[in-house]
Amino acid sequence: MTEAAPNFEGLLREALAPVEPPADLAVRLESTLTSITEMAADELEAWELSAMRDPRNWARPAAALVLGGTAGAALVVLRARRRAHGSPASIDGVREVAERAVQDLGREARKLLGDR
Amino acid sequence: MTEQASQKPKAQLDAEFSELYRAHLRDVYSYAYYRVGDHHDAEDLTEQTFLQAYRHFERAQRESDGRPLRPWLIRIAHNLAANLYRDRSRKPVSPIDDTTTLAATHTTEQLVEGRDELSRVLDGVQALPDDRREALIMRFALGMDNREIARALGRSDGATKVLIHRAIKQLEEIVHD
Repeated sequence: MTEAAPNFEGLLREALAPVEPPADLAVRLESTLTSITEMAADELEAWELSAMRDPRNWARPAAALVLGGTAGAALVVLRARRRAHGSPASIDGVREVAERAVQDLGREARKLLGDR
Repeated sequence: MTEQASQKPKAQLDAEFSELYRAHLRDVYSYAYYRVGDHHDAEDLTEQTFLQAYRHFERAQRESDGRPLRPWLIRIAHNLAANLYRDRSRKPVSPIDDTTTLAATHTTEQLVEGRDELSRVLDGVQALPDDRREALIMRFALGMDNREIARALGRSDGATKVLIHRAIKQLEEIVHD
């Protein structure tokens, strides 16, 4: 009845099999990262045109701030979107999601600014 | 001068980050899932891990001295998970707190075939102390070697080897008890 016991580490490897991330997570995260990098690149381009000689003096910190803010905002949008998907579409629901998104954005902004 | 020479163009950094992301999305998600035991939290944790990693990528690359960045990523996820539980003022009973979900996700075929050994192993993993459980997740779910695990946990290679050995031993006792 009992199968021949495989070696214990093999069993453990089987039990703790890697978990594939949901496809929509991969798509969502990839597009978030893409939009962050694109937006930051645009900002950088504008800064660097006027600060070509030594961009490290001021362009990089400024771009980093923009980039960090964008990352936070993107995450907030993602969360709001997910919440919206998870509940029936109603005016109250939308308003509630928007209010929470604004609160989240405030929190993210405080975190980001506090980081620097 | 050398500092300036080590600065990489942003496009290159982004491309390298993208590579890192693609190579390790599954690792981070697997770690997050086994750590928090819930798909929604695991998704949040994965997103936050990569966003935080992106913000600190350049520095991490500089400081890594060419070593793989997977332990650094997992360490970010580890710290975020710890914050998640601290913020919620609750400690997880175990990182895999929903055995039903876990079984449905990972071991359905085996369980259907009557191999409940796997679920006993998973129950045993839940019963381990935090550091031993984490080390086993890193070793078996992510396939990390001792050195990588040591870096992720902030321990020496020797201490990590002992930790893993004891974790397996303890788990074996639990499962065969």
